[in-house]
Amino acid sequence: MSEKTITFTIDGVEVKGAPGQTILDAADAAGIYIPRLCHFKGLNPHGSCRVCTVIVNGRPQAACTQPIAEGTTVENDTEDIKKHRSNIVDMMFVEGNHFCMFCEKSGNCELQALAYRLGICAPKYPFQFPDCTLDASHPDIFIDRNRCILCGRCVQASKDLDGKCVFEFVGRGAEKKIAVNAEAKLSDTNVDVTDRAVNICPVGAILKKREGFKIPIGERMYDAQPIGSDIESDTKSIK
Amino acid sequence: MSDQNLKRVIIEPVTRVEGHGKVSILLDQDNKVKQARLHIVEFRGFERFIQGRPYWEVPVLVQRLCGICPVSHHLAAAKAMDWIVGGENLTPTAEKMRRLMHYGQTFQSHALHFFHLCSPDLLFGFDADPSIRNVIGVARKYPDLAVQGVMMRKYGQEIIKATAGKKIHGTGAIPGGVNKNLSIEERDVFLKDIDQMLEWGRGALKIARDYTIENLDKVKDFGSFESNHAGLVRKDGCLDLYDGYLRAVDSQGNRILDDMDPQKYTEFIQEGVKSWTYMKFPFLKSIGPEDGWYRVGPLSRINVCDFIDTPEAEAARKEFKAITDDKPNHITMAYHWTRMIEVLHSIEKINELLHDTDLQGTDLVVKGQRREEAASILEAPRGSLFHHYKVDENDQVVMANLIVSTTNNNEPMNRAVTKVAEDYLSGQAEITEGLLNHIEVAIRAYDPCLSCATHAMGKMPLIVSLFDHEGQLLDKKVKE
Repeated sequence: MSEKTITFTIDGVEVKGAPGQTILDAADAAGIYIPRLCHFKGLNPHGSCRVCTVIVNGRPQAACTQPIAEGTTVENDTEDIKKHRSNIVDMMFVEGNHFCMFCEKSGNCELQALAYRLGICAPKYPFQFPDCTLDASHPDIFIDRNRCILCGRCVQASKDLDGKCVFEFVGRGAEKKIAVNAEAKLSDTNVDVTDRAVNICPVGAILKKREGFKIPIGERMYDAQPIGSDIESDTKSIK
Repeated sequence: MSDQNLKRVIIEPVTRVEGHGKVSILLDQDNKVKQARLHIVEFRGFERFIQGRPYWEVPVLVQRLCGICPVSHHLAAAKAMDWIVGGENLTPTAEKMRRLMHYGQTFQSHALHFFHLCSPDLLFGFDADPSIRNVIGVARKYPDLAVQGVMMRKYGQEIIKATAGKKIHGTGAIPGGVNKNLSIEERDVFLKDIDQMLEWGRGALKIARDYTIENLDKVKDFGSFESNHAGLVRKDGCLDLYDGYLRAVDSQGNRILDDMDPQKYTEFIQEGVKSWTYMKFPFLKSIGPEDGWYRVGPLSRINVCDFIDTPEAEAARKEFKAITDDKPNHITMAYHWTRMIEVLHSIEKINELLHDTDLQGTDLVVKGQRREEAASILEAPRGSLFHHYKVDENDQVVMANLIVSTTNNNEPMNRAVTKVAEDYLSGQAEITEGLLNHIEVAIRAYDPCLSCATHAMGKMPLIVSLFDHEGQLLDKKVKE
């Protein structure tokens, strides 16, 4: 029995996928990059960051959660959507304390790389300068909440991949923060430096200690090519 | 006489220096100078806001103090963090990569200062028309010199990029070592131009030397005064810009301090505070705050060292020291000559390092017994730079103290300002821009980095205000 193929278009390009596949996964397979931050292969998509928003038959949808459907028209790389994504990324910068100039994740940071790809030179919204805490209690792991974008990757990875529930969100709205499953500190949890949750942060919020700046400038992940280049089959299509 | 009966002359901002500062001069009714001060009008707060940060971040973070010689802070912090991780005995590759970075920055920083910040005063005269007495004027009248300055600076900056990853604010030095070596391809690019740089280094030294000798009568007393001098030397007394022991000599050359271990600097150096400036006033503890102040920088380094380990710079040092019969030289304007001796020394050192295969080694990082407190001293282009940190068991910085080069020169710069004000302004019926520039010339000799930060050259207006003894504004001149 042959599996049914679903055909749809992204920015006018015909794309084929399997039933149940999300727009984002089908786009990846077709070499079309849809920007994302919270999504990570191997974790259940939850559409929280909204960076992957695309227009499906005229309506905005999160590409990481929306299943493909026969004959649908998806808009991805349009000026309107890029502006929308740029605004979201911009807000992430001002809602935290992101000082790329001395952040050890610089050059390997998905938020920074996405900002560069979207052409953000400086945030246009006023900085919120939130008062955030650090947790350096663990001998090998460091949490800097100044840089957390609340993507939830660590929460999910700890639960689904590590089977530990080390991380969880607390608070709501502007008060929402990443917390650890202990009375006070990360060192009180059963987290280990080899946990997937510790190695999945898109920004510099959860770091392995004493690793910073070991990779020289020029050899970092996004020094040579923009984020998404690995997905795009033809880098010339990057705009 | 109360302050109300004095006229106040303000130079704000001081131009062609790094950062923002102002000079205030109080004149009595006969225009005699009663007081002259250099004020630093910025507050940075780095020592406070790096508290809580992980120690490995500090060499990258703290260099943001400065845009002109960030490598100094980068390396000084890295040297302190070497001690924190027990990696103070670096591998040959790591130490030589750091030295290459440091000589590259000394070369570019000194070239920038000599060709672009101070040369207008030397080439056109202290009171020349300010519309000519600037870097554009130099480029018009002496295009070859202006280009040399740019190209020498570029060469130094490219070395910084090859060793630190970026020309400004790189990441090359990490606790216990470095994150890269120098490839053969990178090395060969620098070797291609090394002879030209050596030639230009010799030429720059000749300009500074000839200027000082030809104008000795004028410059020997210009902003000059006897003082103590301090600087790093190697164990054998050789000039060492990257590492060593602090030595201080008095005005006659007698050693006050020798073989001072940077880890114990608090036993020998103390910092005083005054209400009218954000800069502290360091002094030698053994002598006290009144007479324990000292000068740092190229002049002091040449005054305190016994020899230089590169042949051409050593010959230049001997010629320089012969003028004062091997005693310390106290001529403020001689900073320029000694700065150019260091330019030649730096490029000789770069040449030496580029021929050293250790730079292609792959053993980059060491570590050992973890410590909770460490200090370092490095000779930044502008003088001795002290970094001191305490790090807790969670790897977070809990205390930082920085004594930057310009802070060490605070009292001397104030003395130079006072001396020039007394010698040139006192009793003058009219305070002209040219006269006020004499004050700035004395400050510029120290190549101060007033905020240890960048500024946009050409976008800082010079405002000179003249008040009468009742505080009424008599005259105000603004140079955009």
